[in-house]
Amino acid sequence: MSTGINWAKYSSPQALYPLAGRLIPWFSVVAVALMGVGLYMGFFVAPTDFQQGESYRIIFVHVPAAWMSMFLYVVMAIWAGIGLGLNARPSFMMAQAIAPTGAMFTFLALLTGAMWGKPTWGAWWVWDARLTSELILLFQYAGVMLLRTSIDDVRRADRSSAVFALVGVVNVPIIYFSVQWWNTLHQGASVSMSTGSKMAATMLIAMLLMTLAFWMYSIAIILSRVRCIMAERESLPAWEEKPVTIQKIAEAR
Amino acid sequence: MSRSSMWGAIGGIVRRDLLLAMRRRSDAAMSVFFLVIVVSLFPLGVGPEPAVLRTIGPGVLWVAALLACLLSLARVFTADYVDGTLEQMVLVPQPLAVLVVGKVFAHWVISGLPIVLLSPLLSLQFGLSGESLGVLVMSLLLGTPTLSMIGAIGAALVLGVRGSGLLVALLVLPLYVPVLIFGAGAVTSSMAGIGGEANLSLLGACLVLSLFLAPWATAVALRIALE
Amino acid sequence: MLQAVRLSCRRGERRLFSDLTVKVEPGTLLAIVGENGSGKTSLLRIFSSLLPPEDGAVLWEGEDIQQLKELYSGQLTYIGHLNGIKDDLTPLENLMSAMALAGEVCSQTEAQAALEAIGLKRPIHRLPSKVLSQGQKRRVALARLWLSTRPLWLLDEPFTSLDVASTGIVTERLHAHLQRGGLGVLVTHQEVDLPTDRLQRLRLTG
Repeated sequence: MSTGINWAKYSSPQALYPLAGRLIPWFSVVAVALMGVGLYMGFFVAPTDFQQGESYRIIFVHVPAAWMSMFLYVVMAIWAGIGLGLNARPSFMMAQAIAPTGAMFTFLALLTGAMWGKPTWGAWWVWDARLTSELILLFQYAGVMLLRTSIDDVRRADRSSAVFALVGVVNVPIIYFSVQWWNTLHQGASVSMSTGSKMAATMLIAMLLMTLAFWMYSIAIILSRVRCIMAERESLPAWEEKPVTIQKIAEAR
Repeated sequence: MSRSSMWGAIGGIVRRDLLLAMRRRSDAAMSVFFLVIVVSLFPLGVGPEPAVLRTIGPGVLWVAALLACLLSLARVFTADYVDGTLEQMVLVPQPLAVLVVGKVFAHWVISGLPIVLLSPLLSLQFGLSGESLGVLVMSLLLGTPTLSMIGAIGAALVLGVRGSGLLVALLVLPLYVPVLIFGAGAVTSSMAGIGGEANLSLLGACLVLSLFLAPWATAVALRIALE
Repeated sequence: MLQAVRLSCRRGERRLFSDLTVKVEPGTLLAIVGENGSGKTSLLRIFSSLLPPEDGAVLWEGEDIQQLKELYSGQLTYIGHLNGIKDDLTPLENLMSAMALAGEVCSQTEAQAALEAIGLKRPIHRLPSKVLSQGQKRRVALARLWLSTRPLWLLDEPFTSLDVASTGIVTERLHAHLQRGGLGVLVTHQEVDLPTDRLQRLRLTG
């Protein structure tokens, strides 16, 4: 820490707060623009699927949302790990700020999955491997957030939910594998949502645009949430430095 | 700090917890009784059709075993936390993760093992027979220690937190999904004549993984809870 | 030698103390005094390594206890404000399992001798601890001091619910520990009857 960049300076809430404030508008504007173009391409430019008709177009929201839900969980776990390892409070705040957005994308992925499932499979919910994994991921997000809110002491809430986030990140791939295993055992080959390699170029571009848009949106919303968290915690009296109030009375030797 | 004193510490914990369980036998009996009741409710809910019962049997037994494990596990550190023994455990000159293994092992002997031993009897209610019965016992024998290991993390995280009983279930149940899938899957596939070996070896892999990772995570969570 | 270097501690939203530096030499006792909520117990828990300080460090023989980890745990006997006693076990079983857990295995005769030294008579040794009074339970916890071979004793309000005679016995035991070159940190709101050259007092004013 003695040489090179002074990380402590950038990791302090006081430095992060205004920086986040300056960045938020940029990310928001880019997010809105990308989302507009992505949705336009997905819903109007991309060709109609010869098997599934128009209903497949929901994947332009579904697939990026599902990706984001997984990415954000990993990012949250990384911040949680940094927080535990370096005892850095801003990383815990980042982890706290990411959780609701991740949960939102997980929910969006489930919702759009159901919307796609109804015309395609004739049922709102099928126990498809990916959908089931998403559902369990949603439970894990809920666990992280519930654990945090049930602990009053901020320090313990930070650290306990960080441990759970890290345990969860080990578990996500195991769950994904086990659910796929279970699926083949019970249904044979599962119906997959990916449209395979015969995806048209415009479809791919639209999907990438939507993914980028979701990234930008996530960054903007997470930064503004982390600002709220900082403001909330900074207003606590703990931030006021009290003068040294220790007096030591050593008996004569 | 030698290996022998490490085993001494584990042995000390196991001996003490088993002694305590002997003094309060009702605690251990409760989770077994819970299992019996839950399993007996299912035929009353879905009807006595043998074919249906045989289909849902493995799943029901596994879910019930999982819940019984969870219920008793939620309290595994609570008594030690309240009476101050946990502080002493943390200050033992041995890695805390090692003591956690002892603690969880004792807990498994008290409330996991009876479930395993009782399961053949309960599975008769669902018309399981022969080979699949053996696979069921085997799957529980491999699976319940994993459940205890994973559950210990949750129990440590919610120590002293309000509403901890329900919270620990919400945290831990999603983590139990793979064990449930492989455990019930082993019995189902042996009933289908495929043989449960693949599922059983996956259960074994889960056990090994949880033995390496869970005590460490539990130790971290316990230290956080005691700060 | 035990040293606290520029310690600061915060519990929840309250800052309890900051920039606290203190040194405990072998053969001396540090008595932490102060009113309720002034951070006495927190300071003792920082000394025990249960609670990491917000800032600063505790050094044992010049090395940070956060680095020493189990090596440091092997140097201390900690008796918190909770007794660490199981209601369903007898005093004898409690004492022996506590010693075994700490890695200082003792025989039954030694354990009995320790319990008698603190004034618990033989018949009590085999009763379940739940029938004991608060003072008796406290004495079961403190009996560990008669078996401990560790140089550093950390005691949180050891005299709580003890009668005058038992307080005297424990103080004598402390004195013997210091005379052998041991160290102690004690949280108390009572006067400690030890020679002044062995006693250092630290007052926390929250």
